[in-house]
Amino acid sequence: MGSMNETIRKHFHSLRSTAPFWSLRVFEESREHLAVRQDTIEPPRLSSDHGAMLVAMTDGGYGYCATSDLTPAGLQSALDRASAWAASTRGASVHPYDPRDMPAPKGERLAPSTAAPTRSSSELYDLIADECRSARVDARIVERYAAIELRRADQLYLTNTGGDVRQQFVYTVPYAHVTANEGSETQSRSFLDARQGGFERLADSGFRGCGARLADEALQLLTAPNCPSGRMDLILMPDQMMLQIHESIGHPLELDRILGDERNYAGTSFVTREMFGTYQYGSKLLNVTFDPTIADELATYDFDDDGAAAEKVWLIREGVLERPLGGRISQARAGMAGTANSRACSWNRAPIDRMVNLNIEPGSHSLADMIGSVKRGVLMRSNVSWSIDDSRNKFQFGCEWGELIEDGELKGVVKNPNYRGVSADFWRSLAMVGNRDTFEVHGTLFCGKGEPNQVIHVGHAAPACLFKDVEVFGGQDE
Amino acid sequence: MSSTMQSQFFELADALTRECAGGEALLCSLSAERSDFVRFNKALVRQAGTVEQRYLTLRLIARGRQASATIALAGSADDLELARSTLGRVRAMLAHLPEDPWLLIAETPTSTTTERRGRFPPAEEIVQHVVRDAKGLDFAGFYAAGTIYRGFANSFGQRNWHEVDTFNFDWSLHLRADKAVKEGYAGFDWDPAVFRAKMERATQQLELLERPPVTLEPGEYRAYLTPSALEEITGLLSWGAFSARSRATRQSALLRMEHGERLSPKVTLTENTEGGIAPLFQHDGFVRPPRATLIDRGTLAESLVSPRSAKEYGLPANGAGSAESPESLDLAAGDLDAADALEALDSGLYIGNLWYLNYSDRPAGRITGMTRFATFRVAGGRIEAPVNPLRFDDTIYRMLGENLIDFTREREMLLSTSTYDERSTSSSHLPGALLQSLRFTL
Repeated sequence: MGSMNETIRKHFHSLRSTAPFWSLRVFEESREHLAVRQDTIEPPRLSSDHGAMLVAMTDGGYGYCATSDLTPAGLQSALDRASAWAASTRGASVHPYDPRDMPAPKGERLAPSTAAPTRSSSELYDLIADECRSARVDARIVERYAAIELRRADQLYLTNTGGDVRQQFVYTVPYAHVTANEGSETQSRSFLDARQGGFERLADSGFRGCGARLADEALQLLTAPNCPSGRMDLILMPDQMMLQIHESIGHPLELDRILGDERNYAGTSFVTREMFGTYQYGSKLLNVTFDPTIADELATYDFDDDGAAAEKVWLIREGVLERPLGGRISQARAGMAGTANSRACSWNRAPIDRMVNLNIEPGSHSLADMIGSVKRGVLMRSNVSWSIDDSRNKFQFGCEWGELIEDGELKGVVKNPNYRGVSADFWRSLAMVGNRDTFEVHGTLFCGKGEPNQVIHVGHAAPACLFKDVEVFGGQDE
Repeated sequence: MSSTMQSQFFELADALTRECAGGEALLCSLSAERSDFVRFNKALVRQAGTVEQRYLTLRLIARGRQASATIALAGSADDLELARSTLGRVRAMLAHLPEDPWLLIAETPTSTTTERRGRFPPAEEIVQHVVRDAKGLDFAGFYAAGTIYRGFANSFGQRNWHEVDTFNFDWSLHLRADKAVKEGYAGFDWDPAVFRAKMERATQQLELLERPPVTLEPGEYRAYLTPSALEEITGLLSWGAFSARSRATRQSALLRMEHGERLSPKVTLTENTEGGIAPLFQHDGFVRPPRATLIDRGTLAESLVSPRSAKEYGLPANGAGSAESPESLDLAAGDLDAADALEALDSGLYIGNLWYLNYSDRPAGRITGMTRFATFRVAGGRIEAPVNPLRFDDTIYRMLGENLIDFTREREMLLSTSTYDERSTSSSHLPGALLQSLRFTL
């Protein structure tokens, strides 16, 4: 996209607007989706997307226009429309937008793996076909699926105030799932390694060998007893901590929710502005960071989509709430410090407050310590169900895999493990935090929010964690 | 009258078809829109903008092999060159692929055209309506409007076009914290009187929320679900429950119906394409039948069969897309007069909306979710007090089976507000539902 960037810069300098601030964000993305299901290659899907988001800001007004026409005329037409919106909403905006709030960043982030692919499609098909085939271990295995998604994105952000940032991203995401069935009982196990990076990531992703493992685990679940019900200890492994952090820390801390933007769609938050600085969100073991510095985590970047420079920030320290997830505009609206998290899912959506990499810092306990401390409880991994109220308080989550713990020992697999609680209480029951040996980087590709709707990728890294006195339960009785 | 978008698409498809070699088949799909989006908070504008996008998907088939690519078009003369080079990339991919045993496309041309012009004011005027009519109210909402285009063309000569102007205004009035009323106005022709009437209705309901809220203990409560609340349940079921692939691989949430479970005989669910606003065609070129019955008087009936599933499982295709999800879901009306719903409920919960549903045990058809927006405790057929959010966790066999008393005679046509990737053309035509019992857990 190098030569295209030069062309865009040239076009940008020819654009005109009466707005005191305007910006151009050109986003180009290619994807390749390769999959094998039931030992049959699914039709491969390629995609190539590109377009531009023009934003204009007047003293008091804000407008945007997105177009895939990157000619000077196309860009000028879009800027005219954005400027007209900014002018027409000047006296009717929820916030007196101030062009001086918008940064003029300069920088370049080139992805480390932008060289030509080192693996051919045939090699990748061999890899995923192996995993699909190796899951065919029993007649009760009814679906086997393995896939790799390759994604490259290149973004250029320019402002009329001199801002010029280019950022590149590369993602290689292997995925698999295996389903087993007997009668009216069906159980699935899945694998997802959602991180940034090129093909080199496949070697340490755990993808190789996952087909047979998932099949074995799905069959174990098929014959396992239901997860017990009652209040008990709960150990969440990092791939379920991901969901727990996401739903009951990440979303409640989004400043645009707190400011009411999401009330009509994704919801509000039980967190209010007054809580920051004093509210005990969790036990003293809880340390939560906004961390854009872990190279392979899904949402690592140098600048957000409004041009703010990203840096590591503590949101919750020793259990006390310190700072919300709010980008430059939300910070100005709320009059409080935030983070560089103003993000858009593509060129055709305007930036809003999103999670980025939202992590829990490791503690001091080994997994064996945690299991050994449990009199009766359940260890859960791999999210399968998620539901939470619109204030992000009352939740119920389910996992694919559970293991009963009794008297400090793992006592066997249980199926349909679920738990429920209230965010405001749940994090105060955090009793042990796993050490760095238990720390894993995960992420989700599908965080939905915003009007118009946007689905975006976010990273969550965490250690295993132990929670006390949680309401745990299993599936429906036969 | 054909639009510029239509002629550009068909001309592009013609040009690409001419480049196909003997033995090659080409399928072209267009998904495009020009939309104005306005987001409101506190009866003022948070973000206002315009999006114009057009995506072309090219699917090439040769010697039983297939691959596809989706590209963003600019609407300019450069599009042909980009599409040509993309076609070349797809052709190169085919050389390395084996035959696809589950390939099925429509080879008998069936061309269709649907065009519907709408009449709604410029979005800037809508902003003025809201700022004027919602003044003094805590109004949050989202207005989306403009033209949606869907097209299909293949090298067999089939041409399909779907072009509609729609608006969809989805909003809520807030009293405090999570106490709010949800309302919506969607369609083709904007009538300011209808908007004002809906605002008035929501404002009146908001007054009911001023009463002190009650926190109810978990347990079982008699309940009335409005069509909007019921839409959340049918929406979750649309996630795989009716899919031929899900049913064949035993992953449908209605799995127990394959083993003898039944819903109430009052439940008849149909994919009613002729009654919806979705295109009459899908990406493989198959034209959808007017109706497909998914649940017939409580018994599992047809599934939604994509061409790929049709080939894999030996079923007749019925126009479903690759996701095999309903796009025009229709639930048959009952005998309860909606005006009598509160009286029939007598004592229990009036649930205006549900929220964030998911399966707590998918094969068992067990669903959890939250109450949201206007939910009230009702006693003696009268609204008594708003209820703080409650979590339900119950099976579809109890909710729409043994505990279903009746559906309302009146139904609401709910146009999807989804704008993920693009403005949705899905809809649901649903009644309200009176339940003998709904199980709450938190």
